[in-house]
Amino acid sequence: MTKIMKSKLTKTVLTLSLTAAALISNITNAQNSSRDTITAVGSSTVYPFSTVVAERFGKNTEFKTPKIESTGTGGGMKLFCSSNAINTPDLSNASRRMQKSEFDMCTKNGVTSITEVLIGYDGIVVANSNTAKLMNISLKEIFLALAKEVPAKDGSEKLVTNPYKLWSDINPALPANKIEVLGPPPTSGTRDAFAELVLEGGCNQFSWIKAMKKQDKSKYKEICHSVREDHTYIEAGENDNLIVQKLTANPKAFGIFGFSFLDQNSDTLQGAVINGQGPSFEAISDGSYAVSRPLYFYVKNAHVGKVPGILEFLTEYTSETAMGEEGYLTDKGLIPLGEEKLTSIRKNVLSLTPLVLTE
Amino acid sequence: MTNSIKSSTDNTQMNDSIQQKSTVTITEKVTKSLKKRHRKEKRFKIVGLLAVLFGFMLVLTLITDITAKAIPAFHQHWVKIDVDYKSAWLNIDDTAAATQLTNQMQTANYRKVLRNSIYQMFSTGAEKKLTRQDKRQLTKLFSTNAEFTIKDKLIAKPNYINKKIELWVKLDDDVDSYLKEDFPLGEAGLRVSKKQAEWIAKLSTEQRIDSRFNLSFFTASDSREPELAGIKGALTGTLLTMFVTLLLSFPLGVAGAIYLEEFAPKNRWTDIIEININNLAAVPSIVFGLLGLAVIINIFELPRSAPLVGGIVLTLMTLPTIIIASRAAIKAVPPSLREAALGLGASKMQVTFSHVLPQAMPGIITGGIIGIAQALGETAPLLMIGMVAFIVDVPTSILDSATVLPVQIFLWADSPERAFLAKTSAAILVLLTLLLVINITATVLRSKFEKK
Repeated sequence: MTKIMKSKLTKTVLTLSLTAAALISNITNAQNSSRDTITAVGSSTVYPFSTVVAERFGKNTEFKTPKIESTGTGGGMKLFCSSNAINTPDLSNASRRMQKSEFDMCTKNGVTSITEVLIGYDGIVVANSNTAKLMNISLKEIFLALAKEVPAKDGSEKLVTNPYKLWSDINPALPANKIEVLGPPPTSGTRDAFAELVLEGGCNQFSWIKAMKKQDKSKYKEICHSVREDHTYIEAGENDNLIVQKLTANPKAFGIFGFSFLDQNSDTLQGAVINGQGPSFEAISDGSYAVSRPLYFYVKNAHVGKVPGILEFLTEYTSETAMGEEGYLTDKGLIPLGEEKLTSIRKNVLSLTPLVLTE
Repeated sequence: MTNSIKSSTDNTQMNDSIQQKSTVTITEKVTKSLKKRHRKEKRFKIVGLLAVLFGFMLVLTLITDITAKAIPAFHQHWVKIDVDYKSAWLNIDDTAAATQLTNQMQTANYRKVLRNSIYQMFSTGAEKKLTRQDKRQLTKLFSTNAEFTIKDKLIAKPNYINKKIELWVKLDDDVDSYLKEDFPLGEAGLRVSKKQAEWIAKLSTEQRIDSRFNLSFFTASDSREPELAGIKGALTGTLLTMFVTLLLSFPLGVAGAIYLEEFAPKNRWTDIIEININNLAAVPSIVFGLLGLAVIINIFELPRSAPLVGGIVLTLMTLPTIIIASRAAIKAVPPSLREAALGLGASKMQVTFSHVLPQAMPGIITGGIIGIAQALGETAPLLMIGMVAFIVDVPTSILDSATVLPVQIFLWADSPERAFLAKTSAAILVLLTLLLVINITATVLRSKFEKK
């Protein structure tokens, strides 16, 4: 008797939960087939720029304001490449170019037609409080100050654990202060770019390490991308504002972050001169400042026409008033492309030319 | 009580008489140790008081610091400009019929009207013609939203066309911060150049600048322009998410606790369930986010960023807390109560719902509030399900895209614009106020149940 009752009870519970699930998926199906908001995911570095365009787009047009998620470049790519289904994101922001592996992942999941949009450049600065002396440093010196292992002082082709304690140990012309640098953690796109542009740039000054790139790529990467772990490089979290506040409190410390933060805090901070050139809007734009990186976003072509407004959003993003030399994105700290480059990119983007990645 | 004390004193007196000859009497011993024990008690009291004071001071420092930083967010500088609604600038054919005119007004070039009106204001009189550079600097003084203010005004009052109207618009956040930091008039500072400072000084002497209460902080949604950003969207999102969380976690949690405490047989299975619940309470919240992404979004295909999904994920997170607290409250109800009711012939169901539950309610409510307060401050699990996002439209249902207050705080804290610092602190204040409101409601509810 009780057994029968029990099985009856289980059955009712099962049917109930199934109907609930069906109801829920019904709601979503109805929602998904008529999605009217553009969704974007990806880099927190591109986020401030994409959101500005999204906000203006929402105000100026009949379309809804696009939803921009800040998931980080890698996380964004995973979501973007997961499938062509309508509930996947339409755009993916990236603070570096899409990697071949990510492109392959996209292709494997059926996302074969992707448009790449280069939106501009972002400089990475090494800054300190402007109450301290302005630092004049080379990429090689930054590498020596922050790498986990550096070539031995005697000039032999041998690696030793980083022995430098003071800046002046590296170059007597630098201040005799303790090396103390606040920077982003390894999960950050800024850190990737810093390793790639600054550390690798300094690394390549040693011809024997550079030669290693062809023979043993993983070893080369290990040498050039590893940051020392003896509390000279302090991971300050993803929040660049925090680094800015810590720098004003400690004039001996340096911080690594995006140019837009230096631009906003130029009354208290100064950017170090790297390889003879200080970070300025013009210097980053014409490429004379050594540390700048391109910023991108990617468009899922299969969604154009299915989600209203994508093409119009691209038109707004690549317009002269947004990405142009005096566009509103430059007010937010984006370093614009040249006029010629912008014209060619605009043409590519608006015709949705699919990206081809080969390596 | 008094009887037993009396008897014990009698006892000591008796003992005294017996041991009168020993050198240290028991009374002396007791009085001696009594002093020591009192001192111990006093010391403990002082330490306890110090701990409370220390905690209180920390909270006070935190709140004063946040409030001090938040104050600039609650007022905003406005400026009065002379807007010239010239039909040529608007690109409107003013001879067209009324219906056509309203259509044209929707798409007219208000940016041009704004810019030309401003240039007109500053290029008259002794000042020379503005250079290209000047024009750029000049337009930067005003909020980008000014053109929409102008648009709305004209659409509301179409007869303004071809007229010159005085209109209050917001100043840009850079100028706003500059004015709030009390720089001497006409001096460059922060992100304001010398020339811009002189223009501001001119506007200020003409009494065209006014500081007003920043109402839009409460009525607007997120924006990338600090002078326009508000918390309405995030606050609505928080309320919707908490609504879902409360609706799911409270009944489920209480039902689970009642079953486990009153009805479930005590055997190995219930032990395993109990251990699991205790473990779940200690699982890092981001794990629940991953679960939400894998199950609720990928399998059940609920929309990303929706308060419904957020609410479900937060329910999973708060359930163990509520169950544990509710079980403790139910356990604390004296067994005599149950036995008396059972003895009078009440069924187990009647005992539980009309005798045990009302007694346990204050404790259950406390547990529920702790759970909800925990959920209120979560960001980590929401990252995985897409609620860490820039969303401008205010959500209207639990299926719309939304973000919540702690996420808004996180996003603002990470913005380069300096004026967002004040906004961040102000949003924290709002979150704390919300928490306070919830706590007060709980206290009131609790005292109501306790009276019964």
